[in-house]
Parts: sequence; structure tokens; C-alpha cells
Amino acid sequence: MSAANTPLPGWVTFFLMPLLNLVTALVISGLVIWMIGQDPFEALGYLLNGALGNGMGIGFTLYYATNFIFTGLSVAMAYHAGLFNIGSEGQAYVGGLGCALVALALDQYVPWYVTMPFAILGAGIFGAAWALIPAWLQAKRGSHIVITTIMFNFIGAALMVYLLVHVLKPAGAMSPETRGFAPGGQLPDLDWLMAMFGSRLGPAPLNVSFIISLVMCVVVWFLIWRTKFGYSVRALGMSKSAATYAGIPYARTVIITLLLSGGLAGMMALNVVMGSADRLQVEFVGGAGFVGIAVSLMGRNHPLGILLAAILFGILYQGGAQLSFMMPQITRDMIVMIQGLVILFAGALEFLYRPALVRVFSRRQMLAEV
Amino acid sequence: MSTPPAIELIGIDKSFGPVHANKNINLKVEKGSIHGIIGENGAGKSTLMSILYGFYQADRGEIRVNGKPLEIADSDDAIAAGIGMVHQHFMLVEDFTVLENVMLGAEGGSLLNRGEGKARKELKRLESEYGLEVDPDAIIEQLPVGLQQRVEILKAMFRGAEILILDEPTGVLTPAEADHLFRILGMLRDQGHTIILITHKLREIMAITDEVSVMRRGEMVATRKTAETTVEELAELMVGRRVLLRVEKGEARPGDVALSVRNLTVHDNRGVPMVKNVSFDVRAGEIVGIAGVAGNGQSELLEALSGIRKPHSGEIYVHGKKIVNANPATYRKIGVAHIPEDRHHMGLILPFEERENNILGYHQREEYGRRGVLNRQAILDDARAKIEKYDIRPPNPLLKTANFSGGNQQKIVVAREIERDPDILLVGQPTRGVDIGAIEFIHRRIIDMRDSGKAVLLVSVELDEIRALADRILVMFAGENVGEAMPDAGEQQLGLMMAGIAS
Repeated sequence: MSAANTPLPGWVTFFLMPLLNLVTALVISGLVIWMIGQDPFEALGYLLNGALGNGMGIGFTLYYATNFIFTGLSVAMAYHAGLFNIGSEGQAYVGGLGCALVALALDQYVPWYVTMPFAILGAGIFGAAWALIPAWLQAKRGSHIVITTIMFNFIGAALMVYLLVHVLKPAGAMSPETRGFAPGGQLPDLDWLMAMFGSRLGPAPLNVSFIISLVMCVVVWFLIWRTKFGYSVRALGMSKSAATYAGIPYARTVIITLLLSGGLAGMMALNVVMGSADRLQVEFVGGAGFVGIAVSLMGRNHPLGILLAAILFGILYQGGAQLSFMMPQITRDMIVMIQGLVILFAGALEFLYRPALVRVFSRRQMLAEV
Repeated sequence: MSTPPAIELIGIDKSFGPVHANKNINLKVEKGSIHGIIGENGAGKSTLMSILYGFYQADRGEIRVNGKPLEIADSDDAIAAGIGMVHQHFMLVEDFTVLENVMLGAEGGSLLNRGEGKARKELKRLESEYGLEVDPDAIIEQLPVGLQQRVEILKAMFRGAEILILDEPTGVLTPAEADHLFRILGMLRDQGHTIILITHKLREIMAITDEVSVMRRGEMVATRKTAETTVEELAELMVGRRVLLRVEKGEARPGDVALSVRNLTVHDNRGVPMVKNVSFDVRAGEIVGIAGVAGNGQSELLEALSGIRKPHSGEIYVHGKKIVNANPATYRKIGVAHIPEDRHHMGLILPFEERENNILGYHQREEYGRRGVLNRQAILDDARAKIEKYDIRPPNPLLKTANFSGGNQQKIVVAREIERDPDILLVGQPTRGVDIGAIEFIHRRIIDMRDSGKAVLLVSVELDEIRALADRILVMFAGENVGEAMPDAGEQQLGLMMAGIAS
């Protein structure tokens, strides 16, 4: 009880605690790997080397991180208004539709940099639209956002499969996906960025969406902490009654916030649909929406934290894939378990070490005073 | 002495970072006595009691209960040692019944049925022995504050508390409710219970305690036998200087009607009418006080007049203009400011920095930034100016609001609303949980508002406060305006009106 009230220095809350959580997750993962008869240090080596060892690894890592930045920002945006948006997955999925429609319409006529702004808008608007009904229900009818967004994930998945199979699939094609985009619908990769560090991207799909995601980090930070709208959002998130007293319109603020949240999730589609696959495919989000929840939690809902947490999860994704390739005994499921442990310790058990840290730091403070 | 003191604190010391909240505190509380602890907000009373109740651990020092040294690591230890606490802000599950709240954490087994029967019997016993009457099946949310507090006491008693700590228990009670509480406390003492009463109301200390200890700036400055001290001495010990216990004010010079209410009916969230057909006027240059027992519609009235709650029927006129479909933002625009009853719930956002709360409700104004972007410098300067003018401590606009003491938090709200120079000021419980020094200051400000020709509507459950400030008093009972009185009316007459007996 007492630990929950005692303040800790900022760097402890924002860096030391997440770090300790991460190390704990890795130690337990290491134990499991050791228990199945493998060398955990060798495994860690493959993981880090696979994720960060060369240009291609880094390229993949940052490509995955891009997805998580968008979805993490989406979750954080809603969180600041006190809303838990579980629907980033579905909003990203439907955002892919907006993105693909723009690409399909323009790719044969204009270069990519003309297509891109419209694709960002399309993805954002479709993602936002998918959040609109849950937002409206929350604002006007009090239906809980967690329930409605979960349902909308399922509805979105069904809708997209229907559209891909019956509407968007070119005649005669075998797989449920749109036609491939012409170069006007493909985002260029960031090989030049790697070249700056004397490395090569190779086949890694890192593309300009990464830069867009960094821009969005700044935009979201500015919106939340520097604008009057952000002030209203935070006020509402921390005290609904005080927000009412202050004349902050509840319904309007909730709806706009969730539209922004959905829009950010939708933009994730850019990275996969136009940046990598160059077509719209079934299940292209692949759980990034849910990882966004962990990323946002671990990043303390701050864009900088989200960026760092997203890169960490990018490392786990890419390094994990490499690891299961190099050590076949460590299966894909094992990697999912390691990711799960990180989510468990960094997200769900984020305050695990807090009481201990409070003891350490209050003792240090006392010694300093004497 | 044969019996050891019920509580003995020896050399208790506690710091929160740079804040030294308790400095080498020694305290003895005799068994079977009522011991008052007074001090301004931030003097360290609550911290000391939190240490006793296991919320915090002391950095140094020893706690002895009935003569035995004791480690109190959490509230379970405190309960086991027979210590119960009634918090200033109640710790009740609002949707639960009285019985469920009392049982919570002491269910007596994994099946509720048996424990429930026992608890019901025990409640009956406590009710008859100590006059702690309350319907065990009532939902907490629907009980008036006075009864909710009784449930808190029942909770502690149910757990076998021998030593009861009450933190500012009368902050939300009317004189009658407070008197009833004191009767209960007296009965508890007579049956051998020990009571520690934390308050800053000197009148209560004089009325009920056997001994009183005074805290100032984290130190225990004095302990007196209540019979051997005076209100003036205690006030001086508390504040460290002589204080005015009565506000001085001149004659009111009422002008035109500024706020006019006609046949106003307001419902609460459940659709129950809380304000019924109320009409009154407030003129410029006068303070109209609304007296009444908490829960008789004053809160809903204030909420309706500030746009937070939509009236069910009736009309509100500001400067003769009928107000329709207004929200809190519109009221602010037409010069109606509102110091809400509950600063934690409405007036402030506790995790916000001081400067952010300093603009709450006014944040859309041009002076705090154009085109939707906050002008951080302007906001900071504004906060600094108000901190200086209202002597808000610590003078740090970047500090989280939760880290200010109650009195200083209230000053943040008062500064924000009064400095806006509104024509009409709505004030709810302006000094609830506020120390003497700050009360003097806030009362002064409200009277200054009146003297500069503003209309002030004051809602308070503290009759003393209403009588000290108001030029006219309206009494509300069960949502109705039962009558008007002058501030020099006797307490007895007002009390009867508040109980709905006289008009």
C-alpha cells in the first residue's frame, strides 16, 4: 500500500523499471531454453545477431517496429482519454482497405510520392471509420469501448475476407488478395539510410512508412501535450467529473479521440500493404494491433517510450525468426512464448519491482540526508 | 499509572523525498479517552495517523500499543492490534449495501451466507449499544454522507477496533449530524474505547476531547488537557501567530438582481427530484448563504446553476436574461464562476501540474494560446502570478496538484475562479478540509468579492461559515427552500429549519 503512494525518480519509472522487467522476461526465457537442453546464451546471441547484426536484420527489425509504432500510438491516444482501445487490430485491417483502394486507383498513373499522401489519408480515414461506431456507442450510449472494439475486430476480419474473396480478388486468381500494385503504388525502401551507415538493406522491407511513423510520434506528442485539444483529452482521461465541470464536451472529445486512435492504427497498413507486400492480403495485420497494447503500456503511453518499446518488439520479432531458423529445436511457438513473457513482465506486471525499488530509493534518500 | 497508554509513539520520523513530514514525534494517548490532534493542513497529522494505521512506515521511531512495541507493516497489522480508521474520504464500495461493505475483507469464510447472518447480528448489537443506526440493506451510494460515515465507523467496530482514529470526521456533517457523531464517540469512550480525533476545528476539540495535541510543520508542538486550554491558545499554537477567528465585514450594499432562479426543479442521475420548485434572487453586492444538511439538494442546485446538470424544469436568469441550454463553458463566458463543493472530484485534476489546473475550464481562452495550441509561457506566468497573490505553497507551478495540501489545493481553485473577476460567484463548501490560516484568507476573498459589487451564492454545511459570511440565509430541506433567515438568527432556529421542522 505504502509503495503505491511513494514517488520515484523519473528515470527509475521510465527506464530502470522497464529494463528490469525485460531482463526478468529474458532470464525466464533463458531458463526454458536451458530446460529443453539448449544453450540460452547461444540463443540470445542468435536473437541479437539476427535482429541487429547486419543491415538486413536491422531493416526487418525496424520494419516490424514501424507497425508497432503506429498501433502503439493508436492505443496510447485513446488511453490518454481514459479509453482502452482494443480495436487497433481491426482498425489497422480496415485501414488496409482504404490504403489499397487508393493504390489500386492511382498506381498506374502517378508516381509513389503522389499516391502516398492519399494512401495515408485513405488508410487513416478507413481506420477511423472503423472506430466510429464503437466511439459513438461509448460516447452516447455508454457501451463499453473494450467490448465493442473487440467485436469490431471480428466484424472487420469477416468483412475483409468477404471483400477480398468476392470483390477485390482479380478474376481467375487463386489467393484472396488484390492484384499487385504497379510502382506508383509501392513505397520505396530505405536502402539509402542503411548505406549511410555503410550497410545494405538487402531484401528487408524497411520503407518510408518508418519515417512517417516517426513523424506521427512527434505529431501525437504535440497533440497530447501542446494543444488545447490534448489538454481536454488528458483532463477527461484523468477525471471525467472535473472535465464536465470544466465544460469539456464528453461525447465530442471521446469520438474525436477514438477517430484519431483508429486513424493511427489504420496508417499501419501503409507499411505492410504499400511498403512490403504491394497488395492487400488476408490477415496482413498479423497481431500488430495487439502488440500495440503491450508497446503502449511498456512505453508508458509516451511517444518516445512507444518508439523504444516498438523497436524492442521489432527485435524480438526479427531476432526470434532468425533464432528459430538457426536453432530448429527452438520452434516458432517458443518465440511466441518469449514474446509473451516480455508482454507479461513489461505490460501486465509492470509494477512488479516497484515496492523493492521504493525501498531501495527511500533508504538511499535517508542516507543522503544524514 | 496502572494501565499503559493505548497508543504511545516514540520518536517517529518520516520523510517523503525532501519533505520532512514528521519530525521526532512523541505522543501518548490514554486508554478510554478522546484525544484530539490538531494542526494546519500539511502539519503532518494525516501522515502520522497513516503510519499508525500501516499505510506508511516510519523511517525511525517506535509504536507501542497498550504498552507493547509493535511493528505495523500494513493495515492488517493495525486491525489485528485493534486499531480502526475512519478516513476523511470514505473508503466504501458505492454499489454495495451497508452489510456488504462492513463485511468486505472480513467475510468469515468463502461462503457469504453464514458470515452474513453473523454480521447482521453484530450490526444489530452495535446499533443498540452505540446508537449506530443504519439500514444494513441500504446501498451506500443512496445514503447521505452522515450515514456513510457511520458505516465507516461500523466497519472499524465490526473488526473489533478498540482504538478508533477519525480523520476530519465532521468535514461533511451538519451541526446536528456532528452532535450525533460526538454522542456516539462519547458512548464509545464510556465503554472503554480510545478515540483519536484529527481535526482543525477548535470548537470540536473543546467540545469533545479530553486531551489535545497540536502539530505544526511536522512537529508536535504541545499537548494540553482540554479543560486547561482555550481556543485562542490552540489557534496560536497551530498557526504560530495570533489569528482572527471571526471575519470582519461591513454592511452589504445590495444592488440589482444578478442571478434569479424561478421554480427550479433538478433531478439527480437516477431521476429523483433533488431540488423542488425553488425560487430566489441573488443581488449584486450581497452574499446569499444556502444552509442545509448535506444531501438536501444543495449540490444539485449548484450543479444546475453552473451548467453541469440540466434542470428538469424552471428558469435561471443571469442579469435578467433567461439561460437556456447552457453548459459550464457558456456560464463561464457570461461571468458565472463556480468554486465546486468537492475539489478532488470536480475542481481539480489531481495528477495535473498546478499550472494546468490553474486554467481548468478557462483553457480555451485566447490568452492561453491561439489556434488550439497552448501558450506555455503565458500559462506559466499566469500560474506564478496567482501563486504569489494567494500565497500558494509550495510556490511551484510545475508540481503535481496531488502533492499540495488541502488548503493550498483549495486556494488554487479559489484563485482560478475569483481572479477571473466574475459577476456572479457560486461557492460550495469553500473551506472543507482547509486549515485556519487558509480559511481566514478564503473568507476574506469572498467578502472582498461582495464588497466589489459581485453577487455571491454560498453553499455550506458549516452553519458557522454561513452565519459569518452570508447577508441572507436560505435554508434547504428535502430539496425545498423552506425559508429565509438573517445571519443573526439563533442557531437553534436555523437548526430546526434545517431539520424541516420550522420555517
